[in-house]
Amino acid sequence: MSNEKESKPVKVPKGADYSHSPKKAMLLSIIPGFGQIYNKRRIKGILILTLFLAFAVVMFNFVTSGLQGLITLGETPRIDDSRVFIIEGIIAMFFVIFYAVMYVVNIKDAKAEAIKIQNGWSPGGLKENFKNAWDTSFPYVMIGPGLLLLIFVVILPLLFMAFMAFTNYNLFNAPPRNLLQWVGFENFIRLVTLSEWRNTFFSVLSWTLTWTFVATTLSIALAMFLAILTNDKRLKGTRLIRTVLILPWAVPGFVTIIIFSALFNDNFGAINLDIIQPLFGTSIPWMSNVMWSRIAIIMIQVWLGFPYVYALFSGVLKGISDDWYEAADMDGASRWQKFREITFPHLMFATGPLLLTQYTFNFNNFNIIYLFNEGGPAVRGQNAGGTDILISWVFKLTFDNAQFSMAAAISLILGLIVATFAFFQFRRSRSFREEGTM
Amino acid sequence: MENYSETSTSTIDKTNKKTDDQVKAKRKPMNRKTKNRLELALMYTIIGIMFVIIFYPLFWAFAISMNTTASLFGASLSPTTWSLDNYIWLFTNPRSNYLTWYGNTLFVSVIVSSVTTLLVSLTAYAFSRYRFKGRTYGLYAFLLLQMFPVLMAMVALFILLNTIGLLDNLWGLILIYIGGGIPMNAFLVKGYFDTIPKSLDESAKMDGAGHFRIFFQILLPLAKPILSVVALFNFMAPFMDFILPRIVLRSPENFTLALGLFNFVNAQFSNNFSRFAAGAVLIAIPIATVYLILQKYLISGLASGATKG
Repeated sequence: MSNEKESKPVKVPKGADYSHSPKKAMLLSIIPGFGQIYNKRRIKGILILTLFLAFAVVMFNFVTSGLQGLITLGETPRIDDSRVFIIEGIIAMFFVIFYAVMYVVNIKDAKAEAIKIQNGWSPGGLKENFKNAWDTSFPYVMIGPGLLLLIFVVILPLLFMAFMAFTNYNLFNAPPRNLLQWVGFENFIRLVTLSEWRNTFFSVLSWTLTWTFVATTLSIALAMFLAILTNDKRLKGTRLIRTVLILPWAVPGFVTIIIFSALFNDNFGAINLDIIQPLFGTSIPWMSNVMWSRIAIIMIQVWLGFPYVYALFSGVLKGISDDWYEAADMDGASRWQKFREITFPHLMFATGPLLLTQYTFNFNNFNIIYLFNEGGPAVRGQNAGGTDILISWVFKLTFDNAQFSMAAAISLILGLIVATFAFFQFRRSRSFREEGTM
Repeated sequence: MENYSETSTSTIDKTNKKTDDQVKAKRKPMNRKTKNRLELALMYTIIGIMFVIIFYPLFWAFAISMNTTASLFGASLSPTTWSLDNYIWLFTNPRSNYLTWYGNTLFVSVIVSSVTTLLVSLTAYAFSRYRFKGRTYGLYAFLLLQMFPVLMAMVALFILLNTIGLLDNLWGLILIYIGGGIPMNAFLVKGYFDTIPKSLDESAKMDGAGHFRIFFQILLPLAKPILSVVALFNFMAPFMDFILPRIVLRSPENFTLALGLFNFVNAQFSNNFSRFAAGAVLIAIPIATVYLILQKYLISGLASGATKG
């Protein structure tokens, strides 16, 4: 909790105290607070010691029983609820981590202050120290509430899910009636070895990847085409055109998807009745045939997804200086060359990381899959429908089949894939790296 | 790719794209003019097709909402038979839960919006203005968490809420909305704070202003635009979200609008498409208006939030 701005590197510090040893301060800090007392900051030391002791006394029971529960998952069915045990275990882990971090901070603080004393710094009065402590801890106070909520609402469920993937929680073995057991990687092994699971898993996975790639790329391509088209200076009424082209983004997605699912209805949807039948004399089974369902969903997603990218692209295009194109004209470049050498790189450079988020978004685009026809049509020999992507399959496993552990295992795989995406995004967003080195 | 021909002084023969000499040799003004017109016509045609594709489903839904027949079949698109029956039913029929759902959604929205804006501005202030230990890790963690939708943990959320008794409870929904929205919104606001010159708060500090005073009296008033966007965004989100309520809420009197409307078209109520359409129109029009008015702000804001970190 020291204020580092005050320790200026001076060659021969006034009142330097070389007998004061940072090593000693660190060693004493093994009992929290003692190092600070050695640094002649008694009140701070006593405060730290009291806080650490109080925390240890209050939390000891909870932490030990929590961690124990996490290992055993309970002993008597109907009384011990394994789910509660896991949750308490995770919270206990949070406390242990928090305690450990604080412990390290305490030792480092004692060391840093001892070095400063060695260089001639002497702790000021109580009031000044208090102010310094407030200054350093202020950002943490500000982040505190948000972080706390984040830990309990986002991180805790994610960890809970990760733990659940290694238990045997399903319809037939459900707490509080039964106890859960740790089963190691059994769920994952079953997923790739049992034919019934394996077939479903790999067909869903391959469709998820195809879907993500095709739907997103098509939206981006359409957006790029329209953005370049409407950037043409000869065109009149571009304001209106732009507004209309962005409209699909502005209308709530669930509304449009439900509308589309009605339009695509096999028997009385307007697309079959008014367009396909008069033109081709037949109707297309949009809902009941896997391939047609997939095509319909991709088309709808392009409708929903292109406007946002279009708006991004339009913004970038407006910013490209005419000089580039004039110079290209001087060299007699063709349109295609201008597009390839000027427009395309500009667009990609400015929006690259954002386009990547479009892919991750579609990868987990539960809304459209579920609202169109709930992942249907059913496929023989699978417990996922023909258009189910991983996340909608997880939903089915959770709410229809109560295969909680399996759902968690698949979610975990899903998470790993997203994390890989995230990793690439980190690397690509240049500005973030700059930010990190600040 | 119909673009840029204005800047190019020569007609470009499509078959000879790459040879510079030929391009420069062919300067035929008449030819160029007709080509120009043709291109423009083609461009307007493409835009016209896009307009039809965009408007058709929206208009269709609106027309259905004005029909008296509850089912899709036999609904007419011509305005001669239109009536407001469905809208009246939603608001006056004792069997309609529309107003309850509206109230629920409003309740969730107000709380989520105000709490999120407060929490997020505090967090963003710390990340933007202070260099503290763990800051970079914090930013990375936020960026990473932003990639994981809350939905991914739906199994866990379902069981978690079930265990602590917040299933089928609006507060459970509120908690998840607030917590899940923090990373993304914090980035948005932080990006905006970063653009406010630091000299402002430094001079205030010289004058003896404390941390909170700088925050409340200098930064917050300047950040009003982004804060109102965040507030608005979070206010509208519960009106548009369907999945989380689907996971958390069970009984119809607790539904939010989106979930309630979905149940109109869901299997057991499948005959009520026109009522769904009426309810949906009532949500979609205000939301779409807000989005279109704020589009520039929302899109550039989202963009900077996602790229700048």
